[in-house]
Amino acid sequence: MAGHVVASVDEIPPGTRKLVDVNGRAIVVFNLSGDFFALNNRCPHRGGSLCDGIQTGLVESKVPGEYCYSRPGEMVKCPWHGWEFDIRTGKSWCDPARLRVRQYPVSVKSGTELVEGPHVAETFPVRVENNYVVVEA
Amino acid sequence: MNIELRQPDVGQKTRLKVIDVDIHPKSAMEDLQPYLAKRWWDHYKTFGARTRQGFLKGFPYPKSQPFASRRDSWPPGGGLPASDLNFMKQQYLDLYPIEYAIMNPLSPTGQGDQNDEFSAAMAVAANEFQLDGWHERDGRLLASVVVPYEDGEASRAEIRRRAGDKRFAHVLLKSRTNELLGKRRYWPIYEAAVEAGLPVGIHVFGTSGRPASNTGWPSFYIEDMTEHASCCQAQVVSLILEGVFERYPDLKIVMVEAGFAWMPPLGWRMDKHWKTLKSEVPHLKRAPSEYLREHFWVSTQPMEEAEEPDHLMETMTWVGFDHIMFASDYPHWDFDDPLLALPPALDQERRSKVLSENARALYRLD
Repeated sequence: MAGHVVASVDEIPPGTRKLVDVNGRAIVVFNLSGDFFALNNRCPHRGGSLCDGIQTGLVESKVPGEYCYSRPGEMVKCPWHGWEFDIRTGKSWCDPARLRVRQYPVSVKSGTELVEGPHVAETFPVRVENNYVVVEA
Repeated sequence: MNIELRQPDVGQKTRLKVIDVDIHPKSAMEDLQPYLAKRWWDHYKTFGARTRQGFLKGFPYPKSQPFASRRDSWPPGGGLPASDLNFMKQQYLDLYPIEYAIMNPLSPTGQGDQNDEFSAAMAVAANEFQLDGWHERDGRLLASVVVPYEDGEASRAEIRRRAGDKRFAHVLLKSRTNELLGKRRYWPIYEAAVEAGLPVGIHVFGTSGRPASNTGWPSFYIEDMTEHASCCQAQVVSLILEGVFERYPDLKIVMVEAGFAWMPPLGWRMDKHWKTLKSEVPHLKRAPSEYLREHFWVSTQPMEEAEEPDHLMETMTWVGFDHIMFASDYPHWDFDDPLLALPPALDQERRSKVLSENARALYRLD
């Protein structure tokens, strides 16, 4: 695995996501309140494109009639059949043990670190004064 | 860095051909206006469409996604999903090796409207627009004969109007009719369909006033979806036990979007009761399950997903690999991808039957 600079931090403000191409792989990078997560864009159920889905929260119910809504924006819902995945883990809500989206490690590096290497940013102009999102894939 | 997903050459890489028996190009009332007499347009503007359900606008249950559609199916240039032919080509018709796709318009069509004459006028308009608005622009798109099915005679007239026109693939009914489809009031539809050499497709849903379940209105959309199986079972039982297939031995029925795993036990149950109760229905000459296997075709989407893959294969074997046809349901949210949806265990011969050859034979597509 190599680190790929995919965006500057400013390009993916909290609550948004960006679809990027890493060596031909479609990867969607999410910013959840400043934490970055990268998931394979292809839904493991039937192949829908996750970057076209909505981000929603977690709805739970201990007993009928009692509902708890938490973690708004932290689940991504496939635009096709509506399978939901936890953006923080890649696990599906319905079948977390068996169905999950591949997750890639992400880090934020400063332009200074990147210029020194070893990260590759051939197609990406890096400025020392900015911070960048780096996906290991 | 933003990238284009799935270039439109996926289909060309495979030799598979696909005939899709269920897609839903969308029309607007304004599209149908040129085909409606002023009297009916004024009626629509004055009274609106009056379906027999509690909600004049929208659906009885919240759909999983807006307009029950894939979230990526909204045309970039605006409009509702599947209202833009070019985007539909890019996203579906050209992306996959689609030879033909049968249009089953759901709304606006006037089906199930409380005003029978408005319903009949709307059916004519919906059929004309399928030809001018879709088929003439892309010959792969085949039309359905939308009929105002609560009025048997008006339906017969509309089927006769379209008889012999190869641009129409089948007659279209919805499953939640006002009475069970075996009742005599619907027989003119079957008679005209047989005369015209057209199968009758029964697509799930319908707003003729009946709830999703046989015992009233359920609470959730997931029940609305699940109860299609029970509704369609009741319709199948009615068609068989009322003797429709003895009266019209050439009648072919396609159950669209109803699943099919419920079929084998339904056949077993009917046969068991028939053995002891057949004097009540002496017009039946054969075991009910024989009519079921001979006269019914099913579409794939949304197929039941068995825990054991073998169970699904056994079910498909009972239904008959000659009677199962691929459907995508594009652009709806529960869309099935033609290249991914069928069970991996299907061999090439059966796969090709389901993906295209069964539909080619049934609809006589050359």
